[in-house]
Amino acid sequence: MTDATALSRPTESFSLSKLWYDKKYRSVILQMIAMAILFAAIFYLAGNAVSNLEKLGKTFGFDFLSQPAGYDINQRLIEYDSRSSHLRAGVVGLLNTILVAVCGIILATILGFALGVMRLSPNWLVNKLSYCYIEFVRNVPVLVHILLIHGVLVTTLPKAKQALNVGDQFFLSNRGLYVPKPIMEPLFYLVIATFVGGIAYAWYYRRQARIKQEKTGAQSPVFWVSVGAIIGAPIAAFLITGMPLAWEIPELKGFNFRGGLALKPEFISLWLALSLYTAAFIGEIVRSGIQAVSHGQTEAASALGLPRGRTLNLVVIPQALRVIIPPLNSNYMNITKNSSLAIAIGYMDVVATIGGISLNQTGREMECMIIVLGIYLCLSLIISSIMNWYNNRIKLVER
Amino acid sequence: MSEQQYAPGTHPDLKPPIGQSGILFWLKKNLFSSPFNVLLTLVTLYVLWIIIPPTLNWAFFDAVFYADSRADCRELGGGACWAFIDKRIGQFTYGFYPVEERWRVILCFVLFLVAMLPILWDKTPARRKMLWFSLAFPVIGYWLLVGGFGLEPVETTKFGGFMLTLVIGVTGIACSMPIGIALALGRQSDMPIIRWLSTCFIEFIRGVPLITLLFVASTMLNYFLPPGTTFDLILRVLIMVTLFSSAYIAEVVRGGLQAIPKGQGEAADALGLNYGKSMRFIILPQALKISIPGIVNTFIGLFKDTTLVVIIGLLDPLGIGRASLSDIKWAGLAAEVYIFVALFFFICCFSMSRYSIYLENKLHTGHKR
Repeated sequence: MTDATALSRPTESFSLSKLWYDKKYRSVILQMIAMAILFAAIFYLAGNAVSNLEKLGKTFGFDFLSQPAGYDINQRLIEYDSRSSHLRAGVVGLLNTILVAVCGIILATILGFALGVMRLSPNWLVNKLSYCYIEFVRNVPVLVHILLIHGVLVTTLPKAKQALNVGDQFFLSNRGLYVPKPIMEPLFYLVIATFVGGIAYAWYYRRQARIKQEKTGAQSPVFWVSVGAIIGAPIAAFLITGMPLAWEIPELKGFNFRGGLALKPEFISLWLALSLYTAAFIGEIVRSGIQAVSHGQTEAASALGLPRGRTLNLVVIPQALRVIIPPLNSNYMNITKNSSLAIAIGYMDVVATIGGISLNQTGREMECMIIVLGIYLCLSLIISSIMNWYNNRIKLVER
Repeated sequence: MSEQQYAPGTHPDLKPPIGQSGILFWLKKNLFSSPFNVLLTLVTLYVLWIIIPPTLNWAFFDAVFYADSRADCRELGGGACWAFIDKRIGQFTYGFYPVEERWRVILCFVLFLVAMLPILWDKTPARRKMLWFSLAFPVIGYWLLVGGFGLEPVETTKFGGFMLTLVIGVTGIACSMPIGIALALGRQSDMPIIRWLSTCFIEFIRGVPLITLLFVASTMLNYFLPPGTTFDLILRVLIMVTLFSSAYIAEVVRGGLQAIPKGQGEAADALGLNYGKSMRFIILPQALKISIPGIVNTFIGLFKDTTLVVIIGLLDPLGIGRASLSDIKWAGLAAEVYIFVALFFFICCFSMSRYSIYLENKLHTGHKR
């Protein structure tokens, strides 16, 4: 008996060859080597950086952010002038990035879903039109799209004096699209409050309706109640409070317009280019997502007697969304990251302010690039965590 | 009423029933099958009618192909002024590469096509021997383009145009593939530190835009090198582009690796294959096969992203276009220039995506559900 156990458990002896031929030891050694290389590289690079900075007489620090920036930003969401600090310039740039990213995501999603549905249409012409659009657009770099749209807008739009005038309210010229700017009076906050309340009520109603349906099987008109609460109630509040909203209409003064809300041509071309470009990708994603739902599902739904709308709503779309959401997420990140190409046409996003002019003025390459990289990492993280949360919600619940 | 008798299997094909074939049937089925479809067809036709004739007029019928300046173009016709492209085609292709040395670029391009042939097409005659040439091509190509060893040296700052795009794109694609695979394997590894390092690297690169990385390359990289080193800008760009796309390749390959059932790796272990062999013979061939569409998509993306180098001042086709747009003689031709560049990229990227479809069909060995 003792012999057998001795045979089955060979004595643990250590030899040098084991360091490489035993998987356990080898993995430890490999990892130690990797760490050693990493640290050596970091020390080497950091040492170089320190000596280079010393040589140039530069210090490392973020105190330059509070100095006045000294340059102007034409498109801004918050107050800013050339005496404001670099930090504020960076915030203006960040807000511009977020603005174009959010607008782009919304438009690209709408266009993309339309393209995807068109691509699946049984109508040959519609189908091929969508196909041609997708192939032509996605095989051309987004930077070319941006420059092309910007170039065409700037060269073909009329000067401010001959601006296209729509009802004395909207003016389109090479200075941008000027639209009336809403000015809120105090009572308008009541309308906003109604709107928020409407969303909350719709959410609550939907929950109650689901509980009721699970208990009794009776269905409630969720859609119409939600529409009423979210859209109808604020409109009613708006009318009752006596339309507490004034419009500031843009006026031509000298060579440019004053007042109103301005959409600069840089913003418009960046927004359009990003949306049109990404819509092509989203269209393909939507098409493959819908095609991934097997036809048996639709057939089973109609065998159960579900009408076409309910089949789409309850059977096809929930399953298609599972396929669509992950790649959609990366396309949203792509829009955000591609918005950094703004610098090519002079839209002042975060790369153009902190990473561009501030960097050149202060000579703080390292600090500025660290800030910009950090901001983009945060934005990517935020988008992907929102989409992951949504993805987890609609994920298939398995046993 | 005598019906002709046929032996089984010799009955001639009957014509389809009337109204089930022909152009009219196709039209009815594909364009006019329901009232809604009729409406869609009509709307689409109207949209096409609005878009296509003016575009054709602008691009071809009213366009001017030969002229000496923008003003000449205006006099000759109201459409596009392609004469500009005609005049600058040399710059668009070669950048500022010396005119008398341009044959080297052409030769390099031809050799590149020869080198790609055995890689892309497995029925090439003498494929094995050709592959050795493909392996040697990077050295030959570098020698031809940069010079030295008997050829006139050409500074890389003179590189530009489509040639620069191809140099950056091809080098990036070739170098990012092995790095990407290594990163993907690292991310799937059992060793926590290696896994963690790969994950950090991939997520960092994927989280930031390429343009910021290029800025890092152009402004910051000098700080991390020993004092006094100068580093070729194109080389810096190449390194950044390669790192960038290798992170994306790594994610695509990881998707492929995750799709391989665990049993495959266990079976390889059971056969006594070590890690390297099981990866080489069992796992990677299957994983790479599934990830081909994603890999080619990444390559297309990389190729398109080479245009971003214009922002840090390299003269790729966009850079050449922008630089020559500021020429007073030709000012205001943005549309022509960018459409021309777009066409080049469309041809390259579209053929890449077609090739990927061909490859997918070829490697499709019947395991698809």
